[in-house]
Amino acid sequence: MEALVALIIGVLTGCGVYLALRARTFPVVLGLTFLSYAVNVFLFAMSRLTIGQPPVIAVDAAGYADPLPQALVLTAIVISFGMTAFVIVLALKARVELGNDHVDGQEKSGVRRQATRNRERP
Amino acid sequence: MNLLVIAPVLLPLLAGILLLLLSQSRLTLQRTLSVMAVAAQIGLALALMATVNNSDILVYTLGNWPAPFGIVLVADRLAAWMLVITALLALFALLYAIRGDDTVGWHFHTLFQFQLFGLNGAFLTGDLFNLFVFFEILLLASYGLLLHGGRRQRIRAGLHFVVINLAGSTLFLFAVGTLYGVLGTLNMADLAIKVAAAPPENVPLVRAAGLLLFGVFALKAALLPLYLWLPAAYAHTSAPVAALFAIMTKIGAYSILRVYTLIFGPEAGPAANLIEFWLLPLALATLIVGMIGAVASAHLRQQAAYLVVASVGSLLTAFGLNSHAGIAAGLFYLPHTTFAAAALFLLADLIARQRGVLNDRLDPGPDLPDSRLLGALFFITAIAVAGLPPLAGFLGKFLMLQAALDHPFLPWVMGTVLVAALLGVIALARTGSLLFYRVDPETAPAAPWPPIRADIAPVIGLLLLVLGLTIGAGPVFDQSRAIADQVLQPQLYIQAVMNSGRTP
Repeated sequence: MEALVALIIGVLTGCGVYLALRARTFPVVLGLTFLSYAVNVFLFAMSRLTIGQPPVIAVDAAGYADPLPQALVLTAIVISFGMTAFVIVLALKARVELGNDHVDGQEKSGVRRQATRNRERP
Repeated sequence: MNLLVIAPVLLPLLAGILLLLLSQSRLTLQRTLSVMAVAAQIGLALALMATVNNSDILVYTLGNWPAPFGIVLVADRLAAWMLVITALLALFALLYAIRGDDTVGWHFHTLFQFQLFGLNGAFLTGDLFNLFVFFEILLLASYGLLLHGGRRQRIRAGLHFVVINLAGSTLFLFAVGTLYGVLGTLNMADLAIKVAAAPPENVPLVRAAGLLLFGVFALKAALLPLYLWLPAAYAHTSAPVAALFAIMTKIGAYSILRVYTLIFGPEAGPAANLIEFWLLPLALATLIVGMIGAVASAHLRQQAAYLVVASVGSLLTAFGLNSHAGIAAGLFYLPHTTFAAAALFLLADLIARQRGVLNDRLDPGPDLPDSRLLGALFFITAIAVAGLPPLAGFLGKFLMLQAALDHPFLPWVMGTVLVAALLGVIALARTGSLLFYRVDPETAPAAPWPPIRADIAPVIGLLLLVLGLTIGAGPVFDQSRAIADQVLQPQLYIQAVMNSGRTP
């Protein structure tokens, strides 16, 4: 199970980094979301992976599941949720104000020529 | 229980909530309340500084949970020093904002108070995860302030600022998660004990987490490879916000000083002096790059933003010397550079408004009607920012170089700081002569001059603070040395925190 969780975190982070480096705001927002998913799973896994253990120390239980990372991850989820909402609204506003969804607010001249050419093509 | 420790956190939070509930149309009431809240914070910060100067480190355990289990707020001399600087800066930024910048969008005062809530909390917290939470609070408020009343340029710069800080927050969580996973605690004092006693097989993980954390703080402080977000963001936001943001990079510097003296300090065993190898070279490079940016800037506000980058470079150079004298010099330099940078941002706005369509572009412009007054203020501000005698910036740099005398990097430090100072003088002299001497009568704007009068008071206030730091340099430096004493004795901090829950 450890390997699977590690793989999931790795894949999520990889996708997140790739998407966050894209030139359009929508993939960037998705990338940041993937990154925050990755870090949430990572934080959760920091209490070690336990199954069927109580969150407090009980006399008859073999061990316990550390409740603190669960609290931490809850906080992190709330914060990343709020931040994602904010960045989506900001990206939309940037799209409206700047007229395109490039992260730099303007198309590269080569791209614009290409787009114009595509439009002119019948 | 010492309520004085938590009061600087609660006051802006309550003020912010109250301001949120008030009707947006009652502007005068909002402004009065906001200024009163900030004035009260100055009082609280000064009271806290007086208290911690006379006694030990004060600890407030939230919910009365003893230290390693609950969250603690810790007020030591360093935290109190930062609180005083923040509150003073906030007052003048706010006084400038209530002149009209607060009406271009909604909820300026609420966001301003929440920004202070985040800043004060970050300075006072004794828990690494809580530091993350306060960082997020201050960042979220700063996003709102940065974009306040924003148009095209501001939104474009704001998008970069938000995205890079979100990526930074993710890295922060990875670092915090790793530290918790390896050491099982997030209380900074407890972490310091656990890091020093970390078993050898865990040391690489702890070091990796520590360096990851350094990356995050370097991002906040705008250290060399991670400073690119700053010039655009600061240059395009409104003047009072840019002035307040002069403290935002210092919070990165504060976090570096706090974490790498306390948790990864000289007594941290296998992870001792973790960033010593990185901090000084990066800080020196930041200083040079910031000054080169200032020389190359085509806009006054952009120049001010690059000077902020350079000021972070010199501040972290002082901290990077990793000696008592170096840290004391840095702490002495910190308020001066913060106030001077804020004054420059406010002044840039005043100048830009008088230049009409030319705004703050560094081209020959019209003859300004208030050119004598503005020119005199610009001259004083430029002296302060460039760190020339007779103001405190020169003393700060002098103390810094003095502290570097027995450091192996002395030639590098000396050369870089002096070359950077020269570049700063060149940049500011060019700007000053361009703005006030090279008059191009054809560019006279069609619109009548906006009058300045009372708008200039916050700038003068900030410059008086700079002057005060110069006149009172003796006591201020004594205070800086006392802070450095305490910072370099992390066992005092650890004892104060770990013993806090013991006595009922």
